Amino acid sequence: MEVMPVVLFATFVGLVLGLSFYFASQAKSAAGYYAAGGSIHWFVNGIAFAGDYLSAASFLGICGMIATCGYDGFLYSIGYLAGWIVALFVVAEPMKRLGKYTFTDALDAKFNSKGIQLAAALSTIIVSLFYLIPQMVGAGVLITPLLGLPHYVGVILVGIVVITIVASAGMTSTTYVQFLKGGLLIIFSTALVIATLNRGFTTTPDQGGKVPFYKYATIEATESDGTIKPADAAWQFAGAREESGTSLVKLVNNGKTSWWHKAKSENGQILLHETQYMIKKADGSSIINGSPASSENALRQIGNLEVIKGKTGPEASTGAVGPIEFLANLGHPDTRVKSWKAVKFSEDTDSVTVFVSSLVPGNRILRPGLKFKVEGTWLQKLDFVSLMLALFLGTASLPHILIRYYTVPSPAAARKSTIVAIAAIGAFYILTLYMGLGAMTNGTINLLDDNMSAPLLAKSFGTFLFSAISAIAFATVLGTVSGLIVAASGAVAHDLMDRYLGLNLTEHRKVRAGKISAVVIGIISIVLGIIFKGMNVSFLVGWAFSVAASANLPSIIMLLFWKRTTASGIIASIIAGVFSAMTMILLSPSMFKLYGLDPANAPFPIDNPGIFSIPISFAALIIVSLMTQPDQGKMPEAATA
Amino acid sequence: MLHKPAEQSGKDPAAKFKTALGVKMFIGYALFYAGFIGINLISPLMMEKEAFMGMNLAVTYGFGLIVFALILAVIYNQLCNNKEAELAGSDETKAE
Repeated sequence: MEVMPVVLFATFVGLVLGLSFYFASQAKSAAGYYAAGGSIHWFVNGIAFAGDYLSAASFLGICGMIATCGYDGFLYSIGYLAGWIVALFVVAEPMKRLGKYTFTDALDAKFNSKGIQLAAALSTIIVSLFYLIPQMVGAGVLITPLLGLPHYVGVILVGIVVITIVASAGMTSTTYVQFLKGGLLIIFSTALVIATLNRGFTTTPDQGGKVPFYKYATIEATESDGTIKPADAAWQFAGAREESGTSLVKLVNNGKTSWWHKAKSENGQILLHETQYMIKKADGSSIINGSPASSENALRQIGNLEVIKGKTGPEASTGAVGPIEFLANLGHPDTRVKSWKAVKFSEDTDSVTVFVSSLVPGNRILRPGLKFKVEGTWLQKLDFVSLMLALFLGTASLPHILIRYYTVPSPAAARKSTIVAIAAIGAFYILTLYMGLGAMTNGTINLLDDNMSAPLLAKSFGTFLFSAISAIAFATVLGTVSGLIVAASGAVAHDLMDRYLGLNLTEHRKVRAGKISAVVIGIISIVLGIIFKGMNVSFLVGWAFSVAASANLPSIIMLLFWKRTTASGIIASIIAGVFSAMTMILLSPSMFKLYGLDPANAPFPIDNPGIFSIPISFAALIIVSLMTQPDQGKMPEAATA
Repeated sequence: MLHKPAEQSGKDPAAKFKTALGVKMFIGYALFYAGFIGINLISPLMMEKEAFMGMNLAVTYGFGLIVFALILAVIYNQLCNNKEAELAGSDETKAE
């Protein structure tokens, strides 16, 4: 465990907790706890929006996905940012005018319906929990390299700190934590990108001289009757297998077994390329690249260019490059990126994972298609459209974003803070492309978890930048989780207990109920964070967006723009949206993989449900509203939107 | 800490104008966003073509979507400010 990361980490957590206890002495009322008294300046709120929004998914997940899948990871950045347009142009001011503390308040302003209070509160809790999962997974991912502790310890640690923050002061402390963290994240990410541009490209990245570049071997071979004969007599053939369309060959050298990837050169010569591999034994022990796994023998970090604009070797090195030159060099058709994929299979009682490399042209890296198969089947194309739709419509439906509109004094301040948020978030998302591609070309991708790509890129520039970035990323998780828990606890204490159950809580008891709810929700999120370990956090957030867009957005839009919307229509829309989106996610290929089943057998064939669940929610609202129109003389008052 | 006192959100005379403007701008941006999705689906290879100073269309369009959002947001804010000031002015004149 290094000292500097621990010191910076402790400083950040101490600062965050100190801020919370300071505001705890000031926030005694329900308005103070849930909405910071509606007194936050629009600029602070705008940066806090960015702090809320630039979660673990943005920093860890997007950078990790760009590092391994190129432009496809950047699609998340584009979609997340575009969603703010819906928030600004459609939702911001009406939400501020209609609401008091929560999303439910705004939705129910026109009807005062018990059904809306229940449905909207439950939707808020479900969406918050979906969004909490990736944040907690991100916490575990960060804590391992930072403090050398296991994943579950990171999740529990974040849970405890966040529960302390939220249970002490609520929205005020959460806002200032987000402001601080949002600002620092953008500043340090900019520093990391400048350092990356300054380093430029080379085909033999050595992390600033800290980690020698590892050159993977290639052996020529011949094949007869299914037996491979390496040209180098030191290697003996020990077996071959086909897995997921990849040809693997097992060789023995001096009694040591290793796996190689068989391919053919352009002139038909058989070539065996060195791989990395991990064997998990039945007794729980692991072998990595032929030797027992240990802190000294782990999988090598990967990510490098083999060819830069047609050049190889020392003459290919570019030196410092500008931001446009960086992308032009990397995306050049004659640039080749060494890309890796995992091939898993069982051999006797061993569970084997072989990591195989291939060369991908730069122009293929910098356009969609490596993860989301835009050139694939119509189902794969549908999955891509569905994701982009959910990202576009999900932002304006996220409970922890919606409640931030109640922390500012006026609708105009809500509008201005949204614009500050768009500027800050947009700038950060442009940086994610450079950080992800920087990790891809600097040998800083962890083969087992791409979420750490950006912090590991920072580590290649020195311990301070790594420590600062990791501590900020940790604060990012703390801030976002705090906001989500405030939103969910508000739904429980204000919407369910006070309004739906009609308990008529005093100010003091309402705050206390919120704090108890925060503790319970925090514990649930800790458990979920441990269960979902290992999944890309941005991918998980994509699900949260789908559920949010399906559950909340149709009712917000129709309430504002369709006068025939009824309370029953809104309830039907929320229930249909939540139920359809969650069902499709639980039956999706990715969840089947998590269950240990064959993804091809998943009943719902795509991963992103938005393209079906959002229209289902709209349809439910329209049909039920038309069926439940009130008598002309009993029309409720129109909303003041 | 940049705190300001909370205001009462009374009737907003500019609300109708802002809603109509917001919907128009939303539709404009949504079409631009749909164009990005459409090109990827119909002609994904077009995204590889050089579009701006050596950057391909995918990167240029992606950055364009981010920058366009900010430009629209600033224009929207300015037009809303102007309308709010104009209506506040006419209210004061009526009051006199």
